[in-house]
Amino acid sequence: MAPKSAPRKLSGGQQPGTRGTRKRDEDAGPDVGEGLDDWAQAKSLLRPPDQLELTEAELKEEFTRILRANNPHAPQNIVRFSFKEGTFKHISFVDQLAVHFSLVGNMIPKDSDEGRRQKFRAASITGSQEAMAQPSEEAEGGGEGEGEGEGEGEEGLKEAGSQVEVQAAEAEAEAEEVTPRKPKERKLTNQFNFSERASQTFNNPLRARECQMEPPPRATFSATANQWEIYDAYVEELEKQEKTKEKEKAKAPVAKKLEKRTTRKKTSMESMSDDITKVAQAAKIVERMVNQNTYDDIAQDFKYYEDAADEYRDQEGTLLPLWKFQYDKAKRLAVTALSWNPKYKDLFAVGHGSYDFMKQNRGMLLLYTLKNPSFPEYIFSSECGIMCLDMHVEHPYLVAVGYYDGNVAIYNLKKPHTQPSYRSSAKLGKHSEPVWQVRWQKDDMDNNFNFFSVSSDGRIVSWTLVKNELMHTDIIKLNVEGSTTEGTEDLSLYTIGCGTSFDFHKQIDYLFLVGTEEGKIYKCSKSYSSQFLDMFEAHNMAVDAVTWNPYHSKVFMSCSSDWTVKIWDHTIKIPMFIYDLNSAVGDIAWAPYSSTVFAAVTTDGKAHVFDLVINKYEAICNQPIVAKKKNKITHVQFNAIHPIIIVGDDRGQVTCLKLSPNLRKMPKEKKGQEVKRGPEVEIAKLDKLLNLVREVKP
Amino acid sequence: MYDRKLFCLTFSMVCIHLLQAEVEETLKRIQNHKGVIGTMVVNAEGIPIRTTLDNSTTVQYAGLLHQLTMKAKSTVRDIDPQNDLTFLRIRSKKHEVMVAPDKEYLLIVIQNPTE
Repeated sequence: MAPKSAPRKLSGGQQPGTRGTRKRDEDAGPDVGEGLDDWAQAKSLLRPPDQLELTEAELKEEFTRILRANNPHAPQNIVRFSFKEGTFKHISFVDQLAVHFSLVGNMIPKDSDEGRRQKFRAASITGSQEAMAQPSEEAEGGGEGEGEGEGEGEEGLKEAGSQVEVQAAEAEAEAEEVTPRKPKERKLTNQFNFSERASQTFNNPLRARECQMEPPPRATFSATANQWEIYDAYVEELEKQEKTKEKEKAKAPVAKKLEKRTTRKKTSMESMSDDITKVAQAAKIVERMVNQNTYDDIAQDFKYYEDAADEYRDQEGTLLPLWKFQYDKAKRLAVTALSWNPKYKDLFAVGHGSYDFMKQNRGMLLLYTLKNPSFPEYIFSSECGIMCLDMHVEHPYLVAVGYYDGNVAIYNLKKPHTQPSYRSSAKLGKHSEPVWQVRWQKDDMDNNFNFFSVSSDGRIVSWTLVKNELMHTDIIKLNVEGSTTEGTEDLSLYTIGCGTSFDFHKQIDYLFLVGTEEGKIYKCSKSYSSQFLDMFEAHNMAVDAVTWNPYHSKVFMSCSSDWTVKIWDHTIKIPMFIYDLNSAVGDIAWAPYSSTVFAAVTTDGKAHVFDLVINKYEAICNQPIVAKKKNKITHVQFNAIHPIIIVGDDRGQVTCLKLSPNLRKMPKEKKGQEVKRGPEVEIAKLDKLLNLVREVKP
Repeated sequence: MYDRKLFCLTFSMVCIHLLQAEVEETLKRIQNHKGVIGTMVVNAEGIPIRTTLDNSTTVQYAGLLHQLTMKAKSTVRDIDPQNDLTFLRIRSKKHEVMVAPDKEYLLIVIQNPTE
């Protein structure tokens, strides 16, 4: 057991932190002091008195000893009683370890925690009050860690010896109290070998490291940011956003793909095409401008010239020729129809064909604008002569056309094709004879476009555009049925009525008039297909045109190749006025600005303008328009707002003429009386005239 | 399917050719008009693309008018960004110069209106 205890004692001396050793240390305090003194004195060589005195030779003699692991003093013959066998037995195993010297160490370094704790304990035992009075002792023992400088300072202060000393001592004591009390208060978690150890690692040395990159490429950029450039940028951004939204909306990926493909194609096509197409719009405007410059005088006349001579001419007026519209390819084709566009007041359509039934070939539809007299705005050519046309009021880009071969068609000005968008065919109930007049109607119940046509085959047909197809409905057949109501003699004479013209009443939707080749005018209704409301024995030859007065709902006018123009009240069977113009009358037209003004054109190349208020017996203007004798005037139309008329002739030329002031005279202002304007006044004006006649005639 | 595509392609090509021919015709008509001295089409950079005048005159007109038009456009748009220049017409003692600024091109026509 001894060998085991010895190392423990040694270890205890090396580790003075345990409680057991601490107590022993306190007891062995003075021994430690002795031990230390012994070690200090051992420097001088001491000889024990009983030491053998040897000679030099003896001292130098060498004795060889061999160190073995065996203990020489260990007994070799240990026996032990074996109770099992009942005899003493020799034990071969001998402990070879020999302990020559053992000493338990009890020194503690002053600096260590243990040492301080001891000091403190010793101090606390002697008395806390004394400890307060002896700061110097404390400073000597435990205050080494606090620095020598401080200690010196304290001494200096002590020498000064005053209140300062006390204060300093107090401060010191406080400091002392704070530091050592801490470990006292602390609870130790286990009573055995517990120590707290703290250490600080090295601080990582700070290092600054720099590197330089390749400089990024530089470019100088300069631009001005105008208000409008900023605005443009915003607009562009908005558009982009909208586009992305739309893309998100587009659900079907297949459709998207197709779309993409087409757009790609388009772009490729665009890039392929010559850039010149992009100036199309600009070129159009410039062309008009060049024309404006060239025909500057005419434009000035159109706008500002008023014939001063009219004042001295009493009642008569003149027509001032303005532009002449002509197109090379339509030179030999008679003007068969004229129509102003209801929306664009400077645009009008001209139908070209032929009235000579022996020489029928091709036709043409041209649209001119007053802004460019030298070239048509739109050109459509057809294999068959055009006989009539009409422009839709609400959709001014739709032009209905009747052909010589009995077909009808609709041209869409928005589409760039040269062919009509819709066209009737033999299957779809086309007319068997030339179509003499077409007229757009209000859209029907299902908002389908529809128009009427009249032809020499005696049918009046309503055409409806349903799903890109023209559907036809016969409204009235001008044949035997109609005539039977009149009498049997009509039946035998006229088996077929050939319609040549018609006009729809402005206010009464169903009411319309039909002029025939036989010279009769029928008053019809859309709702009765079997009979006529009325019949007028109007002319001796074909009725070329029949038209309602734009103001007076009862009055209409007809003209015929029998040289006459007649004005009617549709409630009275005989004409109110008859004018003989000494030549076949091709066309008539009411003026839009007055109820009593109308124009008529005759085949001898003259235009006649009447104002019934001024002269109810003859025209106030009678003027040859076309120079050549052979040329005939075929049609006339008033412009809705400008004081001009257009006149078409046999040679494909359209002349624009300005009405002189006398031809558009308004009722004179009387003193102190306001001049009334409006439809009521116009109606009254015409009524007054008609009353004169009505009194006489019936 | 392929046939239809081909048809579409040829159809659009025809359309473009039609349009192109139309514009060509219009330009020709303008040039043949009474008093017209020259027409030219100038791109956005002021480089003439086609002209009926001789080279030096064209370059001079194109460069100067392009600048003037841009300045005029800038002026109009500075006053009201929603507004835009649509046409520039310069009347001089001898000529009238008409400039139609389109999106990418300028169409310039020089006319002697008194002729």
